[in-house]
Amino acid sequence: MPLTQDEIFSKVQESLVDALGVDDDEVNAEATLVGDLGAESIDFLDIVFKLEKAFNITIPREELSPEDILTNNQYVQDGNVTAEGLTELKTRMPWADLSNFEKNPRVQDFGNLLTVGDLCRYVGAKLEG
Amino acid sequence: MRWFWIDRFTEFVSGSHACGLKNIALDEECIDEYCPGYPMLPPTLIIEGMAQLGGIMVAEHFQFEKRVVLAKVGKAKFHQPPRTGDQLLYRVTMDAVQEDGATVTGVSHCDGKLQAEIDLMFAFLEPGRFTDGPLYKSGDLKSMLQMMRFFHVAVDLDGNPVPIYTNI
Repeated sequence: MPLTQDEIFSKVQESLVDALGVDDDEVNAEATLVGDLGAESIDFLDIVFKLEKAFNITIPREELSPEDILTNNQYVQDGNVTAEGLTELKTRMPWADLSNFEKNPRVQDFGNLLTVGDLCRYVGAKLEG
Repeated sequence: MRWFWIDRFTEFVSGSHACGLKNIALDEECIDEYCPGYPMLPPTLIIEGMAQLGGIMVAEHFQFEKRVVLAKVGKAKFHQPPRTGDQLLYRVTMDAVQEDGATVTGVSHCDGKLQAEIDLMFAFLEPGRFTDGPLYKSGDLKSMLQMMRFFHVAVDLDGNPVPIYTNI
């Protein structure tokens, strides 16, 4: 029986509480992993391990961290992601809400883009896929 | 500098688990200086011992080709202080492993009682990150493993002895 959205959120929340040492109530759908929950780069590896275990899924590195796009001259100009790059990001990360990022797509801001809600949608898509 | 926080491997199954022991002796400087009047092994050095046990297990899983570093202590619970004369039995179990890193679950027992529970995450240094080249001088890791009697007990999942890798 597929997990409900609430069940997915609950497991994602538990993983983030464990990985980041934050309180349950800090982990809401709108919270950004870096800005609000204080995740550092090394924490993302930990989060990936915990999500893989919690949901019995495999998370390839490039799915959550599209570094290959963000470092590709074809998709980045003057520190900003180009329209072509944004299209590529949307294709790669259909579960991520890129609407705010699109307004000012500076590469350096991408790291603070992901929210808890994004992660839940990502996991939901993986479970469906 | 001397930085060995396990005395001996007692069991090692490649990619699965590793066990080792740590004897706590009063002649070690850290034992009487950490908490004057109450000689004990600082809990952080139990973490270090587990990290050595687990780090070697993770590194061996990749034939010592990856530069393995302790990246994160996920959990550390200490149930009783490790005192002089105690012998701690460590066991780390491979929890998850992938190309970017690995996690292990560790427990320490003393006289049959659970002494500590420690979860660790290891990451692998990419070329050009922090430092280039191997983390050990040629032969150092091999002699450390030999001193810890690693090769006396290390076997693969089929029970065959783990080879003495030529790159260590």
